[in-house]
Amino acid sequence: MPFVSPDVFLKQRVAAVQEYSLLTGQAVANIFTSPHYWDDVFTQMDSIGVGSMPIVILTGFFTGCVLALQSASSLEAFGAISMTGSLVALSMVKELGPVLTGLMISGRNASGMASELGSMKVTEQIDAMRALGTDPVRKLVTPRLMATVFMLFFLTIVSDAVGIAGGALVSVTMLGLNFSSYFHTSYRSLTYAGVTQGLVKPLFSGFIIATVGCSFGMTTKGGTQGVGRSTTQAVVVSSVFIIIVDFLVSRAMIGIFGNQ
Amino acid sequence: MANSVTLDKTEPATAASSAEPVVVFEDVSIIFDIKPVLEKISFSVMPGETRIILGPAGCGKSVLMKLANGLLKPDTGSIKVFGQDVTKMSENDLYKLRSRIGMVFQESALFDSLSVEENVAYRLNEEKVPEDEAHKRVVESLRFVELEKAISKFPSELSGGMRRRVSIARALITKPDLILYDSPTGGLDPITSTTIVELIVKQRDVSHTTSLLITHRLQDAFTLATYQFNTETGHMEKLPHNGIVPSTRFLVLNEGRVVFDGSTEELVHSDDPWLKEYLS
Repeated sequence: MPFVSPDVFLKQRVAAVQEYSLLTGQAVANIFTSPHYWDDVFTQMDSIGVGSMPIVILTGFFTGCVLALQSASSLEAFGAISMTGSLVALSMVKELGPVLTGLMISGRNASGMASELGSMKVTEQIDAMRALGTDPVRKLVTPRLMATVFMLFFLTIVSDAVGIAGGALVSVTMLGLNFSSYFHTSYRSLTYAGVTQGLVKPLFSGFIIATVGCSFGMTTKGGTQGVGRSTTQAVVVSSVFIIIVDFLVSRAMIGIFGNQ
Repeated sequence: MANSVTLDKTEPATAASSAEPVVVFEDVSIIFDIKPVLEKISFSVMPGETRIILGPAGCGKSVLMKLANGLLKPDTGSIKVFGQDVTKMSENDLYKLRSRIGMVFQESALFDSLSVEENVAYRLNEEKVPEDEAHKRVVESLRFVELEKAISKFPSELSGGMRRRVSIARALITKPDLILYDSPTGGLDPITSTTIVELIVKQRDVSHTTSLLITHRLQDAFTLATYQFNTETGHMEKLPHNGIVPSTRFLVLNEGRVVFDGSTEELVHSDDPWLKEYLS
């Protein structure tokens, strides 16, 4: 990789942030003005939401299973094996469900958005759309943004649910716990604050995935190599931002609700 | 020269209504990073005129086309299309202006996830034209480019020449007042190129639409300048007595600057050594 001078590097970063902010601002503003491309919104919801169900279910389920398994030995040392349900539920709902689902969807959909929009950009299809009188941000970016935020919320709920179920399966079959006491402990440990935290995070993650994916896609340059580069960067940047924003939202929620 | 005079007499209604130029570039420059791609470009295109833009590869011809359509904004100068300054218009206003402009892109730029019918009807669907009427107009447009049978195919199933013809059909469906052709025969074999040039000649001579055409193929440029469309035979034919179509004029660019701006006769008889070498 060639070295770039610090000022050129900084200028490129600032320019990238500027492009991202302008695109995101436009995409959000388009939600409140017509025309709306509802057909495209529903198509994206199907592709992003329903299409991601298998990986979300598998990820959530096995995360729940491994949480129960790994925590067993530590909890047993404290005589707290019966708290497994509480541990799995709290971890899944507050943290692992939102973050892991976000990362899975980022890998699947941010890359998809960046490559699809990037390919359109390098083959002049975006310019053709503008020449034919259609706003590409309104037609391509806004539906993806609305669909991702909406569907990630429900995918996270699904992930949490199967995670708790996975933990239950391991607890009952491998750790010898009682089925109903597992669910009783899980249910009791979930507070309003914890659940709110766990359901606010996917809104931010969804926003990041859609805006970062579309931003890299729409600014792709350099033919097929450029599309590959955009796709990789979209996944990397959105994944990192999901984790950073996760920390910030957790801190903010703790500040609002107190440490519950 | 009799036939070219006849063409003069059947000039379009648009020209009769006003002598205002359709496209005016005034001192337009644009720089990408530090490299000036176009420098102080000035020219105008009158109604009914076909302006052929020639020049070596990389001299800024496609950039000029995108500037004319408002897809790019210049760093200096002004560009007036239909009397409106596109350099000062917002994107929303430009969408309204673009309903009068048809653009054919270098690589066709068809939407590959849509069928030929959906591609050609794209603008009509966006304007919520009823399905039956849109279908009728699509068939008419595809008939003009002789691709009626490909109506339900997808771009990936078409050859390069067929894709190019579909993109011409897409640009012409709304009967625009200005057509921009960006290298319509680029990358095509000679036979397919002739088919495309014949379509452009047909469009020029039947509808008398103002157009800008980029090409780096001199043979296509001179075909456009010396052939006319015969509606009886349905093919183009060379003008008798080495006649020249008077509505066809040239603009030659080199390294971002205008090197020649004038008629076919002036181009052929130019004394400029670079031009002579380029044309030989």
